[in-house]
Amino acid sequence: MSTLVTGLAPLGGQPTDLRIDGDLLVEIGALSAKPGERVFDADGLVALPGLVDLHTHLREPGREDAETVLSGTRAAAAGGFTAAHAMANTDPVADTAGVVEQVWRLAREAGYCDVAPVGAVTVGLAGEQLAELGAMADSAARVRVFSDDGHCVADASLMRRALEYVKAFDGVIAQHAQEPSLTVGAQMNEGALSGLLGLPGWPAAAEEAIIARDMLLAAHVRSRVHVCHVSTAGSVDLIRWAKARGWPVTAEATPHHLLLTEDLATTYDPVYKVNPPLRSAEDVEAVRAGLADGTIDVVATDHAPHPVESKDCEWASAAFGMLGLETALSVVQHAMVDTGRLDWAGVADRMSVAPARIGRLDGHGRPLRAGEPATFVLADPTVRRTVSTAGSASKSRNNPYVGRELPGAVVATFLRGRQTFGAHR
Amino acid sequence: MQHLLSVVDLTAPEAVTLLDTAEEMARLTDRAIKKLPTLRGRTVVNLFFEDSTRTRTSFELAAKRLSADVINFSAKGSSLSKGESLKDTALTLEAMGADAIVVRHPASGAAHRLAHAGWVSARVVNAGDGTHEHPTQALLDAFTMRRHLGELTGRRVVIVGDVLHSRVARSNVHLLHLLGAEVTVVGPPTLMPVGVESWPCRVSYDVDAELAKADAVTMLRVQTERMAASYFPSTREYARRYGLDARRLGMLGEHAIVLHPGPMNRGMEITADVADSDRAVIVEQVGNGVLVRMAVLYLLLGGAGTGGQAP
Repeated sequence: MSTLVTGLAPLGGQPTDLRIDGDLLVEIGALSAKPGERVFDADGLVALPGLVDLHTHLREPGREDAETVLSGTRAAAAGGFTAAHAMANTDPVADTAGVVEQVWRLAREAGYCDVAPVGAVTVGLAGEQLAELGAMADSAARVRVFSDDGHCVADASLMRRALEYVKAFDGVIAQHAQEPSLTVGAQMNEGALSGLLGLPGWPAAAEEAIIARDMLLAAHVRSRVHVCHVSTAGSVDLIRWAKARGWPVTAEATPHHLLLTEDLATTYDPVYKVNPPLRSAEDVEAVRAGLADGTIDVVATDHAPHPVESKDCEWASAAFGMLGLETALSVVQHAMVDTGRLDWAGVADRMSVAPARIGRLDGHGRPLRAGEPATFVLADPTVRRTVSTAGSASKSRNNPYVGRELPGAVVATFLRGRQTFGAHR
Repeated sequence: MQHLLSVVDLTAPEAVTLLDTAEEMARLTDRAIKKLPTLRGRTVVNLFFEDSTRTRTSFELAAKRLSADVINFSAKGSSLSKGESLKDTALTLEAMGADAIVVRHPASGAAHRLAHAGWVSARVVNAGDGTHEHPTQALLDAFTMRRHLGELTGRRVVIVGDVLHSRVARSNVHLLHLLGAEVTVVGPPTLMPVGVESWPCRVSYDVDAELAKADAVTMLRVQTERMAASYFPSTREYARRYGLDARRLGMLGEHAIVLHPGPMNRGMEITADVADSDRAVIVEQVGNGVLVRMAVLYLLLGGAGTGGQAP
């Protein structure tokens, strides 16, 4: 049975209707309902291709107290995502075909959001020996993105080998850029404020040094490098410089690095503790500018669920990371759309088309056209809401936006014709 | 004043009131029976997640001289080392009816967290949190300086050593600035925090250039293990470049005093002959610490509006 969605505005443009039949969009234009057809009233809603997250932590296997594939993919669907890349720092680590296939299967069975497991670059994320990247690439999970996220592949020679090796199956190394020797015990951005608060600093140079090195290596071996969670103005400048030379580099920014600043550390509330840390207002401005001009290709959430006890403590003992899936689109609207820096077509590119391309995900980031998969999100940009943890699909509550008013709301998410989030209307 | 967490939170009148109250405590306890009935029936908990016999003893004596009931709660091992968490310890103390919690903790911000996370209703006194602040140390240092030098407005104070890792330096710089003193921090550049140029003080790398003008010199403890992390090449080089020895003592004006928060590394930041000289007021600092902590507990627990008796 087909569904008629009426009045939606594709990429925020002229309102139109579209018809879903099975898992495809079959018609788009001024349409009228067939007898007995389900009608979904999307009047006033912006339609975007289903969002794709290049950077999510689903915690399963190993930390099911924080998140599971089921709860995490439900949170993803609630945030408008139809695909998410699940980072490898699970327990056991996703460094074998067995673990990535397990995660991929759990997501398929749950059905809320496609999950593309990210494979670890090195065995056990230990940074010493390459994991079986080829086996993960050839597995049912078809891994294309490899990352030791949470840890930096710090050894330059190992990083070079990883970049070379994944060329055989069109993979990409997503680097968590953090020079470890410069960030021992680091707790927050290094600057005047860290000095005042007595919290060990995480200098921008520790991120920028690794980014510069990796881009030089990627250019040298002609392989793809992707920079995770860019957080500093210097990083944006370096990536802009490399892209101007045509080097094969892509980059992501998180919603929190587009909005939140280091001042929040003055509360010593660990809900604001994240890695890389919240930076200065100047850095936030540079990251926004980089996302607007395409230096930064994608917004990726770095959704990092943690149980209450990991945050309900003193700053130094707390875990790094914050939730992001359910608030990402609102934060991007607030930071980029409502400020005039990106239109909805730009949001569709940064949150769907580009991440699907970098992750080599077929069937995602596709235009809203007849014959394409019916994979899209409907959002109402006119509403405003005060963020709370009530109703969150995530198992965790470490949401740094609680109490903050943000614009926009995801109304419905469709994955291959099936509604994965939102009420019928 | 609800809590004493950070010197940065204090206003100049509040700081002066604290120091004046400590003077009052000195007057009242300078007699055969040192005890005052002011905090009778109130419970003060010394919650120490880090060993510090001298600070704990000082707070204990201060509370006892005000007739408070004192509980020493030594919680070695925070949630960092998988012991009982700060939160659970706090909830326990709240259930026991603590009126004030004096907390020493290795994590910066732990006292702030204890005061503001909603775990306890007690007044919180920061007795040193990580590399953040140690407000009562700064108060006792300022109290000691004021006794020797008079009002601190325009007085020159030089603080020498590991500023980066020192909660004493942070609290001292801000308090002395608040009281009108001109502060200079001196040490190797590796032991200066990033952003120190935004602090209300001058920064120097040359001890000898600063001593002649100084009215007071505070020597910070330098942990020898910093050497292993390449903050400086050797203890001998540190002592030569930044230590206070007899030659440098001779560069000070006649009236200038030498302070040290203790415990000292004799031969490292200060030589034995300087530490034992009549210019050093280090032992006096210890006695003043009790007076200042009495003033803090009195103003937090017994002061106006909380039903306590005036001293």
